[in-house]
Amino acid sequence: MGYPDDVRYTPEHEWARLEKGIVTIGITSYATDQLGDVVFVEMPEVGRRLEAMKPFGVVEAVKTVSDLFAPVAGEVVEVNGALGDSPALVNQDPFGEGWIVRVKPANPADVQKLMSSADYEKHVEEQHA
Amino acid sequence: MSFVGLTRDEEQRMLREIGVASFEELLAAIPKQVLLERPPDLPGPLTEIELRRLLGRWSAENHAQDAVSFQGGGIYDHWIPAAVDALAGRSEFVTAYTPYQAEVAQGTLTAIFEFQSLIAELTGCDVANASMYDGATAMVEGALLARAQTGRKRVVVAGLVHPHYVGVLRTYLDDANVTQVADAAGLAAPADVTAALGPDVACVIYQQPNFFGLLEDPAALNGAAHGAGALAVAVCDPIALALIEPPGRAAADGSRGADLVVGEAQSLGNPMSFGGPLLGFFAAHQSLLRRMPGRLAAETVDKQGRRGFVLTLQTREQHIRREKATSNICTNQGLMALRATIHMGLLGREGMREVAELCVQKSHYAAELARRIPGYRLAHATPFFREFVLECPVEARGVVEAGLEFGVRPGINLGRFRPAWKDLLLVAVTEQRNAEEIARWAAALEKAGGAR
Amino acid sequence: MSIERRLLIEQGGAGHRGPELPACDVPTRPLAELLPGVKLRGELRFPQVSEPEVVRHFIELSTLNHHVDRGFYPLGSCTMKYNPKINDELSGLPGFAKAHPLAGDAATQGCLRVMAAVQRVLADVTGFDAVTTQPAAGAHGELTGLLLIRAWHRSRGEGEKRRKVIVPDSAHGTNPASVSLCGWETVVIPSGEHATVSLEALDKVLDGSTAAVMLTVPNTLGLFEPQVLEVTRRAHAAGAQVYLDGANLNALVGLVRPGDLGFDVMHINVHKTFSTPHGGGGPGAGPVAVKEHLVPFLPAPVAVTRKDGSIRLDWERPQSIGRVHSFNGNFGILVRALAYILTLGPAGLRGVSRAAILNANYLMRRLARTYELPHPDPCMHEFVLSGRGLKKYGVKTLDVAKRLLDFGVHAPTVYFPLIVEEALMIEPTETETFDRLDHFASALEKIAAEARENPDILHEAPHDTPVSRLDEGRAARELKLRWGVP
Repeated sequence: MGYPDDVRYTPEHEWARLEKGIVTIGITSYATDQLGDVVFVEMPEVGRRLEAMKPFGVVEAVKTVSDLFAPVAGEVVEVNGALGDSPALVNQDPFGEGWIVRVKPANPADVQKLMSSADYEKHVEEQHA
Repeated sequence: MSFVGLTRDEEQRMLREIGVASFEELLAAIPKQVLLERPPDLPGPLTEIELRRLLGRWSAENHAQDAVSFQGGGIYDHWIPAAVDALAGRSEFVTAYTPYQAEVAQGTLTAIFEFQSLIAELTGCDVANASMYDGATAMVEGALLARAQTGRKRVVVAGLVHPHYVGVLRTYLDDANVTQVADAAGLAAPADVTAALGPDVACVIYQQPNFFGLLEDPAALNGAAHGAGALAVAVCDPIALALIEPPGRAAADGSRGADLVVGEAQSLGNPMSFGGPLLGFFAAHQSLLRRMPGRLAAETVDKQGRRGFVLTLQTREQHIRREKATSNICTNQGLMALRATIHMGLLGREGMREVAELCVQKSHYAAELARRIPGYRLAHATPFFREFVLECPVEARGVVEAGLEFGVRPGINLGRFRPAWKDLLLVAVTEQRNAEEIARWAAALEKAGGAR
Repeated sequence: MSIERRLLIEQGGAGHRGPELPACDVPTRPLAELLPGVKLRGELRFPQVSEPEVVRHFIELSTLNHHVDRGFYPLGSCTMKYNPKINDELSGLPGFAKAHPLAGDAATQGCLRVMAAVQRVLADVTGFDAVTTQPAAGAHGELTGLLLIRAWHRSRGEGEKRRKVIVPDSAHGTNPASVSLCGWETVVIPSGEHATVSLEALDKVLDGSTAAVMLTVPNTLGLFEPQVLEVTRRAHAAGAQVYLDGANLNALVGLVRPGDLGFDVMHINVHKTFSTPHGGGGPGAGPVAVKEHLVPFLPAPVAVTRKDGSIRLDWERPQSIGRVHSFNGNFGILVRALAYILTLGPAGLRGVSRAAILNANYLMRRLARTYELPHPDPCMHEFVLSGRGLKKYGVKTLDVAKRLLDFGVHAPTVYFPLIVEEALMIEPTETETFDRLDHFASALEKIAAEARENPDILHEAPHDTPVSRLDEGRAARELKLRWGVP
């Protein structure tokens, strides 16, 4: 399958990309495959403080709903407004236009502690076993 | 006779197909000591003839079909057009299940969509759900939604909301979280309400018309709630909503209307039936949609582009969201909502208004008559819709008893709610009451008051 | 737009109206005089349709529904049995239909007789000591039961420390949702090897913070909990109470009394076990049965029979948790349930669970030849298959369900319980005949063959229904929840 190398992964299928001190967060293509068509994303307000691995929002598909877990602790600086009108972006471009929030991390080094794409791929295979 | 589909012979054949020698082999997982040797001691079996005799006798003990009702207090004797029973009694509606497989449930789903549309229009809100158990639980769900939305815990009940509804609220919420603001001359006083508010208050609940039948000032109450960052929950009567400004709409000055409009819709096509099954309705503004309890039907298309309806936003509901669900409601009052939809369709734009106007005219006429009977006075001076409170020269209980002789049930003895109210009679006059019945009602009052 | 498929708002128009009201026969006054200062509404944008056309509209809608009077409806844990017509007639008797709940005991003895009888027979069938009729549905009953348990713990000074409810992972979603409504926390335990409660898993979490253990027996796979007596014993030893979700009572009536299994409280879904109609989603009723120690906390009022045989409503219940319904619950539904129980009598009730269990086992054995059966032990009134075996043809359980509709039967429950992949939960009930069961089994066998030979026919199903597969994604995105007014 192969998952992008420029991001790190959580066991709950979120990804995190550190750029210029800001971490962009979304969910992986595996997650979107499992969920089906996303119809709504419940996002936190700008300014909210997230705790690592605690739920910070919800992704809703027709028949399923899933909590979003924060890969790292930090403060929300931006949410993807485009998802309001076009939640399908999450399915269409999960690692790009379908990003969900951007946070200022409490500790930028936390991103590296997450799984690499190779480790994540193994994790996904194990889930299917 | 148990309607069972198998004969004894077929049972034997079935046991062979299953591959066991006896039925008892299928019960191996059950501990022997709890397997009953004989069924519990219960009455029956009774045939239809015997059931009709027994339950017929019981139902006749109520004398309800003979006496003309002036009783209200949340349950009303409104006209139910004949076509409602004829249509809603059809097995296609009665014996259908929750419409989870939408393609074979378009009848149910279309009717739900129509119910939602009619209630949204009636209440002045953006969206309504497919029903709740009754007005009381709809009100409570409104309070729970307000708490979830605002993150605050306390609920303020403004004035005379139905005591039974407040009772249910107190069961669901801890007492510490419910503040009741007493009425002033029968009405909620906005100044008193404002004084009871604070940053911990999630919503203000008021009833329109209130428990005593009086019309409140929704704009003032909505404003008080919003001013303190709380939601406004209006518990409304659907018949009244055909005539008075719906509290869900923004006021003339642009200020926000009630955020939630809920209530009891038994008056729309449903019999009194000793207080159940009833019909709670729940309507809200668009911004609160995702927190709404209950089922929602939405419009969509099929593969050929034909219009159809499906249940939607089920991800909020218990079967998917589980402990994070907006509520735990599963079975609702679907068939009663269908009855209400048929009823509203038959009455239509003109009929709904006429019923409401007749209620106003007849109740005010009756109040005028009562006022002229020695010893009786109207307890309140402010406008009422269909119900009013009379101060009686004797205990209200005595007036109720006097009614039997005249073939009327003159009203509700309010003493059953509070001892201080024992001389108060709550009288409801619907469009069904005519001049002759009202005359008999007045005669009963006279007799009870000893004026004869 | 087909003439038949219009909504009410799309038909008729100004000048059309339904049945008339009589002219006002009392002197009238202007509304402005009667309602001074009251803001009246402007427009009520309701339909304007004649009675014949309203009737046509709803008759047309009625033809679009599958319903159990028409055909098989094997939804698991829903107990779609025949709804006897005598029940509807009796519930509609004018003496009941026109009874007002606030008319006073003397004027409503007939209704109180029904209430007292319902309280008694339901307690006797289930092996408990008392019943409240107020809960309007199963979930409502669940909340009521949990509140009763909470009141009991509080009465013993343990209200603060006991805030958790243990629920197996096979439970219906209403269970954890009800726990949340009570302000408590759900602790989910994984099912053991045979999809029943694992005592080991239970022991890991059962402690002084446990308020209750909530079980469904038989469970949502149709399997009796062989360890139930031990589960209830351990729960009680830990100071917790045990709640039974009565959704699957149809497997037990006349055969086993839940009260004998150690349960303290349960709810009964009369729209399942006791034949009251489902009405397109309701109304049902969820009366709650309790053991003696919980009786003081029951919602008030309770119907009590006096020595002279008359019935009164007892309001003097100082420890009551309070009301859960504006009046006495879904009375009209309880009349139906009572009539059903009286129709059956004791032997009849026992015959219900017997036939329900036989029918389910028969179907299970036959379908196990074609579909994967995760748990091959004898089932009770329902069983669960997995559609997993069809995945290799690109066919999901959803496709199987939609294709079944083309065979004139309703699909079983799908994707529940969560612990079985691609689940199909099947409950035939006792009122189905041999030929109905065989027809259903043949349909499922045919569908399995179609999955191999022609999977597209499944992906595109249903084909023979009034509408074809509906776009749920679009519904959830556009959220058109009311008609637009022209």
